[in-house]
Amino acid sequence: MLKRIVGVLATATAAVGLLAGTASAADLIRIGSFLSATGPASFLGDPEKKVLELYVDKINKDGGINGRKIELIVYDDGADAAKAGSFAKRLIDSDKVDVIVGGTTTAATMAAVPLVERAEVPFISLAGAVVIVEPVKKWVFKTPHTDRMAAEKVMLDLKKRGLSKLALLSEDSGFGKSGREETLKVAKDRGIEIVADEVYGAKDNDVTAQLTKIRNNAQAQAVLVFGLGQGPVVVTRNYRQLGISLPLYHGHGVASKDFIKLAGGAAEGVRLPAAGLVVAEQLSNADPQKKVVMAFTETYQKQFQAEPSTFAGHAYDGLMLAVEAIKRAGSTDKAKVRDEIEKTKGYIGTGGTVTMSPTDHMGLGLDAFHMVEIKQGNWQLAD
Amino acid sequence: MQAPMVGERVAPVKPAKFLAPSPQPLSREGRGALSGDAITMGADFLQFLVSGITVGAIYALAGLGFAIIYNASTVINFAQGEFIMIGGMSAATLTAAGLPLPLAILIGCAAAMLGGVLLAKFAIEKARNASVVTLIIITIGASIFLRGLAEVVWGKEFHQLASFSGDTPILVLGAAILPQSLWVIGVALALILVIGFFFTRTLSGKAMLATSYNRLAAQLVGVNVRKVVLAAFALSAALGAVGGAVVTPITFSSSEMGIMLGLKGFTAAVLGGLGNGLGAVVGGLIVGIAEALSAGYLSSAYKDAVAFVIILLVLVFMPNGLFGKRGTERV
Amino acid sequence: MFSHRLAPLAGLAVVAALLPLALTNNFLLNIAIVAGFNAIVCVGLNLLIGFAGQISLGHAGFFGLGAYASAVLVSTYGWPPLAALLAGAAAVGGLAFAVAKPILRLKGHYLAMATLGIGIIISIVLKTETKITGGPDGMPVDSFSLLGFAPYGERAWYWIVAALLVLAVWGALNLIDSPAGRALRAVHGAEVAAETLGVDTAGYKVMVFVLSAVMASVTGSLSAHYLGFITPGASDFFRSIELVTMVVFGGMASTFGAVIGAVVLTVLPQLLTSFHDYEAMVLGAILMLTMVFMPKGLVPTLSALIAPRRQV
Repeated sequence: MLKRIVGVLATATAAVGLLAGTASAADLIRIGSFLSATGPASFLGDPEKKVLELYVDKINKDGGINGRKIELIVYDDGADAAKAGSFAKRLIDSDKVDVIVGGTTTAATMAAVPLVERAEVPFISLAGAVVIVEPVKKWVFKTPHTDRMAAEKVMLDLKKRGLSKLALLSEDSGFGKSGREETLKVAKDRGIEIVADEVYGAKDNDVTAQLTKIRNNAQAQAVLVFGLGQGPVVVTRNYRQLGISLPLYHGHGVASKDFIKLAGGAAEGVRLPAAGLVVAEQLSNADPQKKVVMAFTETYQKQFQAEPSTFAGHAYDGLMLAVEAIKRAGSTDKAKVRDEIEKTKGYIGTGGTVTMSPTDHMGLGLDAFHMVEIKQGNWQLAD
Repeated sequence: MQAPMVGERVAPVKPAKFLAPSPQPLSREGRGALSGDAITMGADFLQFLVSGITVGAIYALAGLGFAIIYNASTVINFAQGEFIMIGGMSAATLTAAGLPLPLAILIGCAAAMLGGVLLAKFAIEKARNASVVTLIIITIGASIFLRGLAEVVWGKEFHQLASFSGDTPILVLGAAILPQSLWVIGVALALILVIGFFFTRTLSGKAMLATSYNRLAAQLVGVNVRKVVLAAFALSAALGAVGGAVVTPITFSSSEMGIMLGLKGFTAAVLGGLGNGLGAVVGGLIVGIAEALSAGYLSSAYKDAVAFVIILLVLVFMPNGLFGKRGTERV
Repeated sequence: MFSHRLAPLAGLAVVAALLPLALTNNFLLNIAIVAGFNAIVCVGLNLLIGFAGQISLGHAGFFGLGAYASAVLVSTYGWPPLAALLAGAAAVGGLAFAVAKPILRLKGHYLAMATLGIGIIISIVLKTETKITGGPDGMPVDSFSLLGFAPYGERAWYWIVAALLVLAVWGALNLIDSPAGRALRAVHGAEVAAETLGVDTAGYKVMVFVLSAVMASVTGSLSAHYLGFITPGASDFFRSIELVTMVVFGGMASTFGAVIGAVVLTVLPQLLTSFHDYEAMVLGAILMLTMVFMPKGLVPTLSALIAPRRQV
């Protein structure tokens, strides 16, 4: 019996030792991240992880920030919001990071928000929904354009083409739900009527049922799909399979070459709002963003032999915003870094020009989005 | 109302022309008995039915895999879904690397069969006398391991495989059927017939059946039951792998594709009565069709629940499944 | 009760009391708390699997229902947390009672499938009824408060969980040694024989099923308040399998086995993150190897090695 108690205590101590031990070199700047590198959002999370690792390495090779090297700690939450929350806790309490750049999905981000607010750690999220920064939370920022902006951009394009009745097909994920709410709100203001409102599951591999209902709706003049990862690919393929010829729009959750690769010919003619990054060469030379996105594209292409998606770009922007803020603050004091992030002005990133303020923790304007169309497997500017 | 002919290429037609023109907004519920209505509803039904049969065919193959292994060893192999995944992933990645499709599928089969045999030899054999629950955990451990291995080998992204004979949907009475669906159904049918032939006409197949009826008696007549178990795992793995390869053009493959397929395959096998191969096939089709029809007519959100509701209802009234042996309990 | 049973229980209490000294930061305490919650559910599940010889591949469903009952009633409708917890437990108990009778007639893999089905259906409902449950991404949960006392932070919750665990283990040990417990073990060992002796096997099976479901529900409720956030993932098939694995890994028919299984398998994935991409492979391999070489589970195998049990 005594043996049993001793055994348990010994195992417990060993386990605790393994968990607690990360040699804390006081000089390192710790940047933590929880990303969805596996699971349904892997086509966002995997490039994000790769970019963070690539650029942290690069910065370290160039001497680090103010002479200090960066240690990057990344956990994979598999798009599970509860896991994301527990990894955020681990980053804050156990790894004692100075700043967090992560949260691939809206759900993962929202799970971490109360934790970073309580622990007062600056957090730059890589997720899309507007709820992340509205209402503004002191310690939470984000780099991607919001779903509200995506909806507005689509509405503007509809009006340009003289269309006014839209069928909506949204995913049951946090991003899809939020996108749906924002679309409904924005449509009213812009005079677009939503004539169908269907929902599909993020893991579905067949959405012909919902699309058949939309097809049978005589009023619809265009279709908007709000989802990310695998879902929109399935929707697009089923869309063509059913022979629906209405203009098809997607939210910015599919701004990745992987979408085009998986959807194949079905993606032809799809329109979506995307950051300048994907149409880097087509930007005018006068556009200040061109230099930044071309450089990023080149570096990414050299390392990974593939074109970067906007998600890779958002991760880059998030990291750079944090790094610049740490540089300006001259220390890793969390409150100072947070203030500097908030003071970002005119930072030109892959997503656009970022100017934050105490009431705007995202910093991008509607002009940071371009309407693009997929033509022959490539992005084509369609502004 | 123009009724598209069979085989007609889908011409870009505004959806409004599918229905007779009407002044009010036409939701599915709002429509009256317009003549175009019946045709559209028939077309929709056919559309859902075909989707259902396609996915049902895969469930049938998975269920058959479960049944074969169960018969030979009374083990439920929760890694069956992963064999399907291995087949799909191999086919997708090897063809992307340039190999011809049949070779890619063959290699996928071989990989899955190897996995199956290793699992049988090192895990199942050693744990022969363990309880049902322990064996379940072992196969679940195997499925986690295989998924992890797949992630390491093939990465975490989705992989695509080109449809075997193109993507142009075939129009039959208004339903747009993917050629790949026909491949899935055809291949599944062929495999089922081959397996049926194997069990009823060949000596090794009969040996496997004998083992399932009475292991001891089979050993007494000279059947090498250990080899039978290994063969059963190999056979189920091959079955799963081919199924995976043929369904990947529709569903893409990723390291996680095996999970739900495995669960639904298990459901199909239990529905048909554990140990009854034909039952498993019928079970798979029932589950697939029920899913597609309820997604179309009731709620697409609850699609996945349908399989499990059915099995619960069946088990309450028929505790040994649809075709299961009505067991008497040995005291 | 005053037998060799008391010593291990006291041992558990001592370990629980001393452990915080070794857990130096909130994250470690968090792991201990989550392990504790898992252990409580496993103690209940072990009564069902280990002692009554049944199987349940859907217990996470009951856990999830309890969690969402608390989440929804407290955060959306403003109920007092304790009332929500009790309401959840009552609802889950009712549900378990309703399904138990028809389901527990089934044997072996059929029973496994039925419980699997129930668990998955619950999980799908929780995921789909977005208006109530917040959908696949879950919903936040307000903190637990009782008569003005609101536990906040890892330290407070640790003591709550530790106390509840000791209580659960004590209860389980008492049950096993009681006439009801003997009836349960008889059901497991030789159901037909027990029936011929007049034991109401069906009744006992239902009782232990409901009991383990209620334990899962209460734990789910508390866990939701602790985490402050709940997702349908807490009720899914993987969680159910995790729970069964913990029970089997630790040792069926061993209450302490269930506790140890829960602790080890909660801590293990955290340790495995250092394997990065190989994490899943290592976990799967560990599961397979332990079950193949220790089919009775960790605790019974180790005790047989350390102190060969006298044949009773």
